[in-house]
Amino acid sequence: MPLLKAEGITKRYDGRTIIRDINIVLHKGELISLLGVSGSGKTTLFHILSGLVVPEEGRVLLGEEDITGKPGKISYMMQKDLLLPHKKIIDNVSLPLLLKGVPKKQAREKAESLFGDFGLEGTQFQYPAQLSGGMRQRAALLRTYLSSGGVALLDEPFSALDTITKSAIHRWYLQVMERIDLSTIFITHDIDEAILLSDRIYILNGVPGEIKDEIVIREKKPRLEDFYLTEAFLSYKREIRKKL
Amino acid sequence: MTKRLQSITNNIPAVVAFGLVLLLWEFLCGANIVPGYMLPSPADVMKALVGDFPLILQHARITLQEAFYGLFVGIGLAFFAATLMDRFLILHRALYPLMIITQTIPTIAIAPVLVLWMGFGMAPKITLVVITTFFPITVGLLDGYQSVDKDSVDLMRAMGATRVQIFRHVKFPAALPHFFGGLKISASYAVVGAVISEWLGGFQGLGVYMTRVKKAYAFDKMFAVIIFIVVISLLLMALVNVIRRVSMPWMAVEKKETIQP
Repeated sequence: MPLLKAEGITKRYDGRTIIRDINIVLHKGELISLLGVSGSGKTTLFHILSGLVVPEEGRVLLGEEDITGKPGKISYMMQKDLLLPHKKIIDNVSLPLLLKGVPKKQAREKAESLFGDFGLEGTQFQYPAQLSGGMRQRAALLRTYLSSGGVALLDEPFSALDTITKSAIHRWYLQVMERIDLSTIFITHDIDEAILLSDRIYILNGVPGEIKDEIVIREKKPRLEDFYLTEAFLSYKREIRKKL
Repeated sequence: MTKRLQSITNNIPAVVAFGLVLLLWEFLCGANIVPGYMLPSPADVMKALVGDFPLILQHARITLQEAFYGLFVGIGLAFFAATLMDRFLILHRALYPLMIITQTIPTIAIAPVLVLWMGFGMAPKITLVVITTFFPITVGLLDGYQSVDKDSVDLMRAMGATRVQIFRHVKFPAALPHFFGGLKISASYAVVGAVISEWLGGFQGLGVYMTRVKKAYAFDKMFAVIIFIVVISLLLMALVNVIRRVSMPWMAVEKKETIQP
């Protein structure tokens, strides 16, 4: 039984169809990627999965619960880190707990216990403006993790980072995923990144956006940087490029 | 340290200009180019200020009370109005033009009417201060609410936040800088507003004192009060700045922007 399931999602804006008949499933512990050129409706799909936007057709199921148009059930990390500038890091990341009614002190303690895992040690009482881009992204990830019931949607979380920071954060992210039990759907337009991180890749393409294909990456995770140099990696890449 | 030095060097032109104006003024009076009964010299004004200080303070107490009460009521009303107008678009459409119109009514024209309605006590003065201070704060808050990042609001919704929670954690803090911008203007309006309304009727206050010394052609005392009002207004604006800095500690951090590896 899949953890999250989208069935026949179609969304139109002003008479224009953005995405059509999207079907995806996410199993527990999986990381799947939505890969596609910009304008193929990836972000729209995320808005629907997160409940912010109601689709014209189709529904979103979390377990057995219909969560179509019901925000607050799964967590969503947007392209920008969107840390609130007036809150210290600890209060930024514990905000989702606070919103659910957890008392401030407990929320802070819960968040604090994860600072080490997320490589944020020592930033608790700093403001977002004092952190580098990579650190802010980690903080946003921790906040996303704390707001989730186990499913996270990440919209190009690493696209704003430079290549070196990016590969460091990829390595770190795969390690963290091992430790914390999080099922993730990941938007990217970076083919390498998708192959490195995913269990499966959905290719979203066309106008309106449709799922064109699904590719399973079989290699064991976490995959190291060397994976980029293997024949298997290249053949995945060739296959994907042909389909995009 | 260098920053401190820089802020001093930045202020030098203003200080020099101010000094030159004072010198010119003193010269014009000292050389009898302008007769003393028309324009008292800066030295005369200082003398009057020192001599009348206890009396000025006594009147200032009343004026400041009016200004503060008016400002507080103005802030409260502005907060109430701006928040409702932001929440309900229809209210925004209905009330915004009305607010603009109230701002075009000259204070000096409405003050006597207020005195007729409310008597010679504090009430008409406080009302006038409310009218003048309400607008900049309301506009500041409205702009602030509008300035909020739409994605931040979406993110809060995705986290299951209620409308009140979104207001508390995102919208209100985002509006604070704009609020203080409006408050700074309003603080300077508040004292002047109180003084103007005292001109037009009352028993106590700096405005009443001003009309009295004016009638006696005691221009040195008149100027002394003017200087006193200027200083008080500046101090109030400085106070707003201090409160602003204390209530928004993250702004100071953002300016420094330390980069970490």
